[in-house]
Amino acid sequence: MAVQIAAASRSGLRSALPLLAPAYLWLTVAIFLPLSAMVFFSFMTDLPRSGKPWAFTLENYAAFFSQSLYLTLLVASLRLGLEVTLWCIVIGYPAAYVLAKVLKGRSREAIFLLVILPFWSNGLVRIFSWAMVLREGGILDTALNAVLPFKINIDLMYSYPAVIIGLVHSYVPYMVLTCYLTLQAIDDSLIEAGRSLGASRLQVLKRVIIPLSMPGLVAGAVLIFVPVVGSFMEPRILGGRTGTFYGTVIEDQFVAVFNWPLGAALSFILLAVVLVILAVTSPVLRRAA
Amino acid sequence: MATTRILEWLGRVYILMLLAFLYLPIIIMALMSFNVSPFYQLPFEWTTEWYASLWQNNQLIAATRNSVEIAVITTIICTALGTAASLGLYRYDFRGKKFLQALLFPPIAIPWLITGTAMLIFFFGVGIGRGLHAILLGHVALALPYVIVVVSARLQTFAPELEEAARSLGANQWQVTNRVTLPWIMPGVIAGGLFAFAVSFDQFVVSYFLSTPGQTTLPVEIYAAIRKGFTPEINAVSTIIIVVSMALMLLTARFFKFGGEK
Repeated sequence: MAVQIAAASRSGLRSALPLLAPAYLWLTVAIFLPLSAMVFFSFMTDLPRSGKPWAFTLENYAAFFSQSLYLTLLVASLRLGLEVTLWCIVIGYPAAYVLAKVLKGRSREAIFLLVILPFWSNGLVRIFSWAMVLREGGILDTALNAVLPFKINIDLMYSYPAVIIGLVHSYVPYMVLTCYLTLQAIDDSLIEAGRSLGASRLQVLKRVIIPLSMPGLVAGAVLIFVPVVGSFMEPRILGGRTGTFYGTVIEDQFVAVFNWPLGAALSFILLAVVLVILAVTSPVLRRAA
Repeated sequence: MATTRILEWLGRVYILMLLAFLYLPIIIMALMSFNVSPFYQLPFEWTTEWYASLWQNNQLIAATRNSVEIAVITTIICTALGTAASLGLYRYDFRGKKFLQALLFPPIAIPWLITGTAMLIFFFGVGIGRGLHAILLGHVALALPYVIVVVSARLQTFAPELEEAARSLGANQWQVTNRVTLPWIMPGVIAGGLFAFAVSFDQFVVSYFLSTPGQTTLPVEIYAAIRKGFTPEINAVSTIIIVVSMALMLLTARFFKFGGEK
């Protein structure tokens, strides 16, 4: 029996191979081999094709651990990721709840689409659009001064809050999407049962709704945290000189300083952090999917 | 009951505020592209000169052409390879299938900064180098998992008995696929294709690392322009991009509900 099944599954693979091979070969050449190559290069003194002699070394990783700058920046990026994720939960979760439990029918469908539509539009352009709002003499400045009786100068551009605002704007639709999917699946009768048994609204929220929607919350948090830790374009545009993070330093190694092996080591360390996060949260993620 | 109604009303107001947060910057950016002042100064005076000057900007036009070409080729390759792979994963059982499905996750989940720099190193190392061909190679790999996921989701709604019925009525494998399976999953294939187009057309990070001065895409050009300083011309081209990408996604939503409604 077991032999038969094994034989059947082997023939299954043989029939499936022509269909699968092109796609997976492409992924191998363009994703998996490059990621492996990055690990390899991170242990080198120089690129083999650069013409200069090269050798294996641990120097690049030594640089990370001996110079506190890189570790500080990695911590700063992790903190940025955490802050953005928390803001996305605070802003996105109530919105997901209203979408899933208050709005009905066509208006729900339309508003849901409106909320997640920006997420699929150009991220670079959306970050740029905040420059119009946040800079001195920008819309926020002008509008507040028109309303307020006293003169204030709002110049958030090139500051840490600007980076946070831009990133939250970019990623909050993700949180709304994942939380909406799990909230929608909660049976209304569970909420009604809790209420009719004498629980207050807050108790129902704490004991029923939040625990049941936890997979969506975690999925959203991971899907936001991971790319934010690796962000470089957003801090560059909105953060200016204050916008130096781990991602921007990696970018510099490749486009400005041209120390590729160090860049590879820094990238790989970031990848390791990301993989740990994904591995720890994967059981919850699988349940959410 | 009164409390419930007040809470529901507050909820609606909240959603409107969220929509304002999401759309106001984009709308302001678009408005500024029609403003006369090159320094974004108010009062607002209508002009289309920034759009007119886009037509004089050969660098931007060339980058736009590159972006569209790469997106179209990416779409064609991804729909073909992605649909085939989805069928392979759907039809056959074999050892390691779970693993192959899990392999689709890293390209989506790993930050593009890491993927992009890894591609740069590898392509340079093996002699593929940088340029439009490298960007295309990367875009297809980034978009493929999305296409496979979307088409596979559509395949879940397909009854395998239909293929068996067609086969028992004498259709060969090619006919079964062409006349039975493909027509059924077509909405998923179209949605997957549109996804692939959007992923490629909006892609910045990977293109940025793989581009060379003469061979860039539109987002890379825009990033370079933003870092030099803001001009209404950037607003104009950004407005065009955002309108195109939002229109694309609306179109996609017609073919594929984002798992939203039951």
